[in-house]
Amino acid sequence: MSYLVLEQLQKTYAGGTHAVKGIDLTISQGELVVLLGPSGCGKTTTLRMVAGLEVASSGSIHLAARDVTHLRPSARNVGMVFQFYALYPHLTVRQNVEFPLHSAGMLKAEIAERLAAVAAQMGIERLLAQYPRQLSGGDQQKVSLARAMVRQPALYLMDEPLGTLDSDQRLSLREIIRARQLELKVTTLYVTHDQEEAMSLADRIVVMEAGLIRQVGTPREIYKNPRDLFVAKFVGSPGMNLIPGTITRDGSSADFTPEQSSARIPIQPQLPAGKAILGVRSEHVHQHPEGPIEGNVVTDEYLGHARNVHVQTRQGRIILRELGAETHEKGRQIRLAFDPDHVVFFDPTSGDRL
Amino acid sequence: MKFLRVLVLVPYFLLASFPLFWLGLTSLKSYEDSISNTVKFVPSAEAAAPNSVRFQASFEAYRSLAQPVAGTPNNFYQYLGNSVIVGVVSTLLAVVLGTLCAYGFSRFRIPGSKDWLFFILSTRFLPPLGVVVPVLMMYRSMRLENTHLGLVVLYTGFNLSLAVWLMKGFIDDIPRAFEEAAWMDGYSRLQTFWRVVLPEAATGMAVTAVFCLIAAWNEYGFAMTLNNYEATTVPVYFAGLQGNIKGVPWPQIGAGMVVFVAPIVLFTVLVRRHLLRGVTFGTVKG
Repeated sequence: MSYLVLEQLQKTYAGGTHAVKGIDLTISQGELVVLLGPSGCGKTTTLRMVAGLEVASSGSIHLAARDVTHLRPSARNVGMVFQFYALYPHLTVRQNVEFPLHSAGMLKAEIAERLAAVAAQMGIERLLAQYPRQLSGGDQQKVSLARAMVRQPALYLMDEPLGTLDSDQRLSLREIIRARQLELKVTTLYVTHDQEEAMSLADRIVVMEAGLIRQVGTPREIYKNPRDLFVAKFVGSPGMNLIPGTITRDGSSADFTPEQSSARIPIQPQLPAGKAILGVRSEHVHQHPEGPIEGNVVTDEYLGHARNVHVQTRQGRIILRELGAETHEKGRQIRLAFDPDHVVFFDPTSGDRL
Repeated sequence: MKFLRVLVLVPYFLLASFPLFWLGLTSLKSYEDSISNTVKFVPSAEAAAPNSVRFQASFEAYRSLAQPVAGTPNNFYQYLGNSVIVGVVSTLLAVVLGTLCAYGFSRFRIPGSKDWLFFILSTRFLPPLGVVVPVLMMYRSMRLENTHLGLVVLYTGFNLSLAVWLMKGFIDDIPRAFEEAAWMDGYSRLQTFWRVVLPEAATGMAVTAVFCLIAAWNEYGFAMTLNNYEATTVPVYFAGLQGNIKGVPWPQIGAGMVVFVAPIVLFTVLVRRHLLRGVTFGTVKG
């Protein structure tokens, strides 16, 4: 069941930087888990500790029921894909992909067999005789993936493997990564700061910030039910709209009144009274002539499949998603309403969900 | 653009190669022709008039290289052999030790590493000949005078600081991710050094080797003072020729010079591709 287990994992660098402040995470076999967070949140450090490239300051790492916390990287049987490919420039693609097999002292016939299989899987057969510098970024990263796969390791680690690629290459490689991972059922830990990438790839997403885990969940859970304000703002493009206000209770019903407004929005009755922040996704905000929030259109971004309309209100900037082709004039006054089934509330002091 | 390149490179090539070319011509002349007032630059098979630009070419000067130097049993080729032994061994040592040392400074956290590196550089601050007397006395008590080992140790020492600094620059430029990838691929640090770092550092090692070899090849002061004749190198041979009572034997110097310069030119040509990459290292990467 639990295949990769991180317990109270911490990293403090020699300079005193406390990069990772205690990570507890359990990953099942065959799962693809994405560590997501802004730069400096400790996600790459966590990955490198699992790889063995950084020594954990405290805590433990168990892989396949074996304590690997203090093992050398070469002894962990883990394949890694680096952001900048890290292909050996003096070796051809073929030699690069074979390189991990030679360390294992494998027989020539088996090496050839493995190479052929992985080259076919990644679609790099025609590149084998070339040198890495002759390849595009996308092809280099395919070779790098092939090199990580060829040894059939117990775990894949991927450190922003798509971070430096063009957007079309990124999409196709994303598909390839997910398809191979599902096919081979190899447990994968994947680091990215791109939440769209995280959403599309992950079985589960681990949202990190400042060296700590903020939330672990499926992409759907993370998107629909963010556990705190950080996750609400960070996940989604754009992030959740946040409106400060007050919850008042009256018998069995409850209302939310936005700041600097007298409107009363009926909400789920089980919420506690007091100051609160309402969170709502852009696609659940719409124009309504009697809507409780009033504002002026600032910009209307055309995205092709939809439009993001930025509205300045007295409660702050709100972005709503509209599907129609007709754009709003700048400065136009509109009123907004929310889908009552899709609003969530946060405690303004702790930032946690109510 | 191409025209400009030719316009600059051709005159520069002629200017730079002219002394070598002239030494080559001199090596074919007789002593009289070599000091003639008439500029003689057309070799010919038979004797020419004293005021002609032609001169009779012969390999007499090259044959004279085989004659022992006055006061020693050694001829030019024994000096050349000494130069080769001392130059090659000290260059190999400096490059190998320098590369290992530079790798350590580049990849490990070493307390006071900046101070150590400065100390290594500072060994070059003093003109080497400033310590010739203490070195001579130490060598005498350690019986390193008149030995190849003595010069090898000395040249390695002098070249090591250059080798460490050059190689540190080159190794710093090799991304650590290459090594990390190799560790993940199941290799130990030593295997990784051998199979990933060294191939990437080859350019830097070639550049460093050229510098070290040239320095050892040309060194005169210590080769002269630490030796009677047993391990003396070619620069000492040339210096000895100046004291000849029959005048400076220019054809013999020319012949010796041609033989002496050839290995360096050959070596540099062999590694020229590496040298070019080495010189532009960093600039291409942007």
